[in-house]
Amino acid sequence: MNDVRADLKNLKIGVYVCHCGKNIADVVDVKRVADFASKLPGVEVAREYLHMCDDVGQEMISKDIMELGINRVVVAACSPKVHELTFRDTLRKAGLNPYLLEMANIREQCSWVHRSDPDRATEKAIDLVKMAVAKARWLIPLETKAVEVTRSALVIGGGIAGIQAALDVADNGYQVYLVEKGPSLGGRMGQWSKVFPTMDCAACILTPKMVSAAQHPKIKLLTNSELIEASGSLGNFKVKIRKRPRYVDEEKCTACGLCAQKCPVRIPNEVDFGMSSRKAIYITSPNAVPLAYSIDGENCLYLKRGICRVCERVCEAKAIDFDQKEEVLELRVGSIIVAIGYDPFDPTPLEEYGFGRYKDVVTGPMLERMTDPMGPTGGAILRPSTGKPPRKVAFIQCVGSRDARFNLYCSRVCCMYAIKDSLIIKEQNPESDVYIFYMDIRAFGKGYEEFYLRSQEAGVKFIRGKVSSIREDPRTHELVLRYEDTLLGTALEDSFDLVVLSVGQVPRADTDAISKILGIPRSADGFLMEAHPKLRPNDAVVDGIYLAGSAQYPKDIPDAVAQASGAAARALIPLSMGQVYVEPISPLIEEDRCGGCGVCVKLCPYGALKLEEREDKRVAKVDEVLCKGCGTCSAACPSGAVRSRMFTEEQILSMISSAAG
Amino acid sequence: MGRNRLNLAIGLGATCSGCDITIVDLAEYLPKVLSSVNIAFWPTAADLKLKDLEAMANGSIDLCLYHGAIVNEENAEMARLLRRKSKLMVAFGSCACFGGVPGLANLATKDSLLETVYGTPSTDNPKGLKPQGEALVGEYRMAVPKRLDAVLPLSGVVEVDYSIPGCPPQTSQVKDAFEAILSSDLPPRGSVIGPAKNLCDECPRKREGKSISKIVRAHETIADQERCLLDQGILCMGPATRAGCDAKCIKANMRCEGCMGPPDGVGDQGAKMLGAIASILGLEGEDKMSEEDVARLMDGIVDPVGLFYLFSLPSSILRRRLWEV
Repeated sequence: MNDVRADLKNLKIGVYVCHCGKNIADVVDVKRVADFASKLPGVEVAREYLHMCDDVGQEMISKDIMELGINRVVVAACSPKVHELTFRDTLRKAGLNPYLLEMANIREQCSWVHRSDPDRATEKAIDLVKMAVAKARWLIPLETKAVEVTRSALVIGGGIAGIQAALDVADNGYQVYLVEKGPSLGGRMGQWSKVFPTMDCAACILTPKMVSAAQHPKIKLLTNSELIEASGSLGNFKVKIRKRPRYVDEEKCTACGLCAQKCPVRIPNEVDFGMSSRKAIYITSPNAVPLAYSIDGENCLYLKRGICRVCERVCEAKAIDFDQKEEVLELRVGSIIVAIGYDPFDPTPLEEYGFGRYKDVVTGPMLERMTDPMGPTGGAILRPSTGKPPRKVAFIQCVGSRDARFNLYCSRVCCMYAIKDSLIIKEQNPESDVYIFYMDIRAFGKGYEEFYLRSQEAGVKFIRGKVSSIREDPRTHELVLRYEDTLLGTALEDSFDLVVLSVGQVPRADTDAISKILGIPRSADGFLMEAHPKLRPNDAVVDGIYLAGSAQYPKDIPDAVAQASGAAARALIPLSMGQVYVEPISPLIEEDRCGGCGVCVKLCPYGALKLEEREDKRVAKVDEVLCKGCGTCSAACPSGAVRSRMFTEEQILSMISSAAG
Repeated sequence: MGRNRLNLAIGLGATCSGCDITIVDLAEYLPKVLSSVNIAFWPTAADLKLKDLEAMANGSIDLCLYHGAIVNEENAEMARLLRRKSKLMVAFGSCACFGGVPGLANLATKDSLLETVYGTPSTDNPKGLKPQGEALVGEYRMAVPKRLDAVLPLSGVVEVDYSIPGCPPQTSQVKDAFEAILSSDLPPRGSVIGPAKNLCDECPRKREGKSISKIVRAHETIADQERCLLDQGILCMGPATRAGCDAKCIKANMRCEGCMGPPDGVGDQGAKMLGAIASILGLEGEDKMSEEDVARLMDGIVDPVGLFYLFSLPSSILRRRLWEV
């Protein structure tokens, strides 16, 4: 109970001001900051040094703890997100409770943002240090708590990243629930025919992976399923999965296809981006895993209007089962890997390119489907308007990417897929002319530059310049491109009979829903945010949740697979440790102050609070596993009984008064 | 005058003297108190003059109960004088503890306050006279104590050893205080005499997890006697108010106004209650509410300062108005 009341006697605060090489010291007068800090009440020693996080810097701190009896440590350096754990460890090793540390962020909040005004940056650094010292006076020793882990993982998304992550976790011997929204595995990679730079057949390398995942004894594959609710934290998540009925018994279905032949409903096929049609009972690909048909409840005549049932009559295996019901499964898992992938950018808003208006303007992914032997054209690249092979094809790069109107980022795959498709066109029709209009060709991966050279050798023409508009010649239906060749410095026009818009990757439409359910934020580009852009690219901001594939940022296949293995390795840490140490973030409820008013109970977004009846009294109780330490309860508690251990009222008020006074 | 008797002073600032009544209200316990104290100073009940008090040796008073807020220089001077003369200085009642109802004057600056009191159209003051502090009346120099810039709690001018909040304090608290002093069993200095928890701890009403979908003012309804008033949309201050009154108002089906001030661990009673109300207002269905819906709901809070800070404005983070806008 007393641990929320700080020991203000015998305060010996040590302040350590870091130069961060030149990152801080170039702008902030670190010596002045340290001099100022040394005069603050309770400060025993204030030092400055080149890199507080290196061995010498840490040694400096631990020596002061041991020799001078420093019992509160203030490190003025970078963001606590970067090095708080480092310095907590320093304290722990020197025998001081690791939570008696406070950091003042004088890098991200001073030197980096106020580079043009060193004097005021220094003033601000002094203020931040002053506030950190004020807070440090009220710091209280805290203990981390060990919690048993549920040794299983949830993988959301059955694309190549999700499959790889699921396989890696399962191969380590832990149970995996692989949740896929659609009726089969494969994701975006399952839509592609050949993949750069090796020109492998995607299905040939993907199918074995899908089969291994589906047959793995440790992987429970949940298709037609999606995450609808999640609670808990690292090591112990509770998730709810909605599993929509397939209306086909996966075990019985032989995928003979008779049902689809007879099904009277014809709707645009999303796998082919609408270039072909499918039936209400369908399979995404002849290689689908699981290899079973699925009835689309939105379009089935029987399910919508109670008529038809022709599939049921023709199915020899008696696999059709209209009695299947939607289920909600409740699972407990220790880690969650989010691999929900991406959507291709929709170029309709770029009116100057006329996508949707001109038949022969297609997107890269549409062209990709044409190259697939199972695709809408049986593998032949054809002009949609005529059904004949094109003679002159233009690729327009960076459509929707690197464009301030849409997405500033580079989508990383469009250069290479355009080059790959240009080679396929050249293979199919060596006489055809292929032009790629580009801003920069980014051939950064292994074998990519060589691949780029190969296309140049094959006669693909690269024109550095952005196409400003496309218009269709009403007579010939040829597409006239207006562009500037920036190498020649002239504006030109040229006619083509097929234009491919190399659209990039955007966050999947359901990214927002997943972000809200899991409480993991998105970055400015809309993709799911990583815990640290350099040092923790596989981790979501919430502990225990990991990111794989294009859900985090546009990726090509090797990068998605590599990140998936990385995410799996990260997700395995809590599973193999068996215990996780929970940061003391949950609030302390002081029972001798809680009158049981109930204000906090419904507020908690994680359902971690309840009123416990005690004889004739009521007292609020927190479930430490469910609590995420958001502090909502402690801000709302009207009687000061619910306290955020790392942000006590005394700490916050002393910071405010030191800043104001 | 027995030698063992406590020298007791009861000092007055800006007070309604309801606190004096609490002492008289000790009823059957009063004789015991009176037989163990010697009244050194109590303007309400004993004819002692300022000069008598000034003549006493410093520290010669064992216990001073000071009630009323510090509004003018006289209050401040009296508080300082009593502090010098007293071993223990107790802020008695919510005015002395937090500034109390007179503290609402801090909603205005000193000048605008005088303007309002002496200058409104309904005031019969044709010459527009205002208190000047000192004035020559004929041959006499007359002095009226100057108003301070702001109303202060007792702790704003002197060091306070204990606080007994309440408007007025409960006789039980006074009894506890006397018992403690007479038996020399004093709590740590700085303590508040009263329970540490909030009023909900004493409140007999049934309650649920809270979400207020509509604010109801006390006069607009006859509240259900059984259910928590907040659950009924009545902004009861109980959650941010110290227990100790045995929920008297609540039992009379009236909302708590917060007279006991904040419970232990709360610095700013109004801010805490505001935080709580803001958190639970429209909590259910919040995601479906528009900005206008939220604003309409908030409009149910009429007179927020009078609601949240009826007794504690001068000791809150807000303290006082610094300038008129």
